[in-house]
Amino acid sequence: MERKRRIKRKWLTGYLFILPSFVGFFIFMALPVIMGFGISLTDYNGFNQFKFVGLSNYINMFKDEYFLISFRNNVLYTLVTVPCTIVIALLLAVALNTGIKGKSVFRTIFFFPTITSMVAVGIVWSMMFHPSRGPINQFLMALGVENPPQWLVSTKLALFSVMIVAIWKQAGYYMVMLLAGLQTIPRHMYEAAQIDGANAFQRFFKITLPMLSPTMFLVVIMSIISSFQVFDLISVMTEGGPGRATNVLVYRIYQEGFKYLRFGYASAMAYFLFIIIMIITLIQYRGQKKWVTYMQ
Amino acid sequence: MNAYKLKKIIGSRLLFIVLTIVGFTMIVPFAWTLSSSLKFDREIFEYPIKWIPEVLRWSNYKEVWTRVPFLTYYLNTIKLSVIVTIGQLVTCSLAAYSFSKLSFPGRDKIFLFYLATMMVPWHAIMIPQFIIIKGLGLYDSHTAIVLLNLFSAFGVFLLRQFMLGIPTELSEAARIDGCSEIKIYSKIIMPICKPGLATLTVFTFNHMWNDYLGPMIYLNTDNLKTIQIGLAAFRSQYGAEYGLIMAGTVSALFPMVLIYCIAQKYLIEGIAFSGLKG
Repeated sequence: MERKRRIKRKWLTGYLFILPSFVGFFIFMALPVIMGFGISLTDYNGFNQFKFVGLSNYINMFKDEYFLISFRNNVLYTLVTVPCTIVIALLLAVALNTGIKGKSVFRTIFFFPTITSMVAVGIVWSMMFHPSRGPINQFLMALGVENPPQWLVSTKLALFSVMIVAIWKQAGYYMVMLLAGLQTIPRHMYEAAQIDGANAFQRFFKITLPMLSPTMFLVVIMSIISSFQVFDLISVMTEGGPGRATNVLVYRIYQEGFKYLRFGYASAMAYFLFIIIMIITLIQYRGQKKWVTYMQ
Repeated sequence: MNAYKLKKIIGSRLLFIVLTIVGFTMIVPFAWTLSSSLKFDREIFEYPIKWIPEVLRWSNYKEVWTRVPFLTYYLNTIKLSVIVTIGQLVTCSLAAYSFSKLSFPGRDKIFLFYLATMMVPWHAIMIPQFIIIKGLGLYDSHTAIVLLNLFSAFGVFLLRQFMLGIPTELSEAARIDGCSEIKIYSKIIMPICKPGLATLTVFTFNHMWNDYLGPMIYLNTDNLKTIQIGLAAFRSQYGAEYGLIMAGTVSALFPMVLIYCIAQKYLIEGIAFSGLKG
C-alpha cells in the first residue's frame, strides 16, 4: 500500500514538472492547429456571426490570382534562395574546416548577419539598393555601367533583390551547422584517401558529402521550411510590391487576416502553408532513413 | 615535394583572400550603416563614400531618441525579452528534468508530442492564436507576447539532451538521502546545466529582441511597442531622413551586437547542436 502510494506520488511529480509547458503547448499550439482548420471552413471575420461555408475558401483560393501569384513568387524564392544559401554555406564551412588561419575570426564575421534583426537589415539594404543615390548603383555607375539595375523599384528585379539579402543574411547560420557536421568526420578517413591518391575533388565528393549527409539533409529541410515563412524582409523592403511582384504566402496571410480581417479565408491559406510544411517534414522523416549515410 | 608544398601554400593564400572578400561583404553594410548614422543626409549619398565622416553628427542619435519614444520601445523590448527568457528557462528546464530524470506512464508519448509542436510553423497558426488571445482579453498587452513565447519545444529538447548527459547516480544518491525532486532539480541538476541554460538564454533573447511580426500583430498602443516595430514605424514616418533612420537602426542593433561579442560561443554551440542532434 505504502509503496503504491510512493510510486503514485513519483508519477505525479513527473506530471507536475511538465505541466506548465504542457498547458502552454496545448492552448497555444495544439488548440490553434485544430481551430485553424475549423475557421478555414467558415467566413469568420472577427465578429460573432459567421457561417459554415465548407471548402469554398479553399476552392476560391485556387481561383484567386493574387494568391496564385504569391504562391508562385514563394516557390521561386525557395528555388533560388535554398540552393544558393546552402552552396555558399557549404563552401564557407569546407573552407573554414581546412584549418585555415583566422578560422574563428572568419566564423564570427560570417555568422554576424544572422544575429541582426530582419527589420534593421531590410532597412539598410533598401537604402543601399536606392536606384539613383544608393552606394551599390553609385559604385556600378562609377565602374561605367550606364543603366544600373533598378533593384527594389523594378517589378522584375525586386524579388531577386530580396533574395540576395536573404542569402547574405542566412548563409552564416547554415555554415555553422555544416561546420559542426564537418568536424564529426574523422580525420583518418581523409588521410587514408590521400594515401590512396584521391585528389581534393574526389575527397569532397566521396567522403565529405556522404559523411555530411545527415546534417546536409536537415539543413536543406530547415531552409526550405524557413523560405516558406519569409515575412519580415518582404514587409520591410517591399510590402509585397511593386504591384504584386514580391508578395509571398505569409505576407498574403497577414494581409488577408490582419488587414482585412478575413479570418476564414486567411486561415485556409494558412492551412495550405501548414500542409506544405507538414509534407516537407514528412519527407525529412522518411527520407532520413533512406538517403542519409550514417556512420557505423 | 617542393612543388607540392608551394601549391599548397598558394592555395591556402588564395582561400584566405577569398574568405576575406566574403567577410567584407558581410561587414560592409553594417560599417556603412554606422558611418551613415553620423552623417547628414546629403553626406550619406556622396560618392566615393567617406567611411569616417568629417564631422561626427551625434545629433542624429539625439533626435531619434527625442522625436519618437525610442527609450520606451527599448525598455519594453528589454522587459519582454527578460521576462520571456527567464520564463522559458523555468518552463523548459522543469519539463526537461521530468523527461530525462523522472519516469511516469506516457512520458515518451508526451515527449513525442513536444517534438511534434516543434514542427508546427508559427505563421500557419497565427490567426487562431490571435483569436484565442483576443478571447482571453489580452489583445494589445505585453501579457499576450509573454504568454505566446513562454514555451519552447526547442528549449525542452536542448536542456533534456543536456540533462541526459548527467549521470543518474547523482540524482539517485540525493534521492536516497531524502532530497525532494524540486531540490534535486534546483540544487544539483540546474547548476550542472549552466552551459545549456546559457545557450537557451542567448537564443531566446536574440529571438525576442528581433521579433517583428508578433509585436506587430499584438501591440497597438504606442507606449507598448517594441524596438523593431518602433524602428519600422519611424522609418515609414520619416522616410527621407536617412541619417536619423540609420541612427535608429544602429540603436536597435547595438544590444544584440554587444551580446554577440560576449556570448557568441553559446549561440554558435546552440546552432551546431541543433544541426547534429536535430
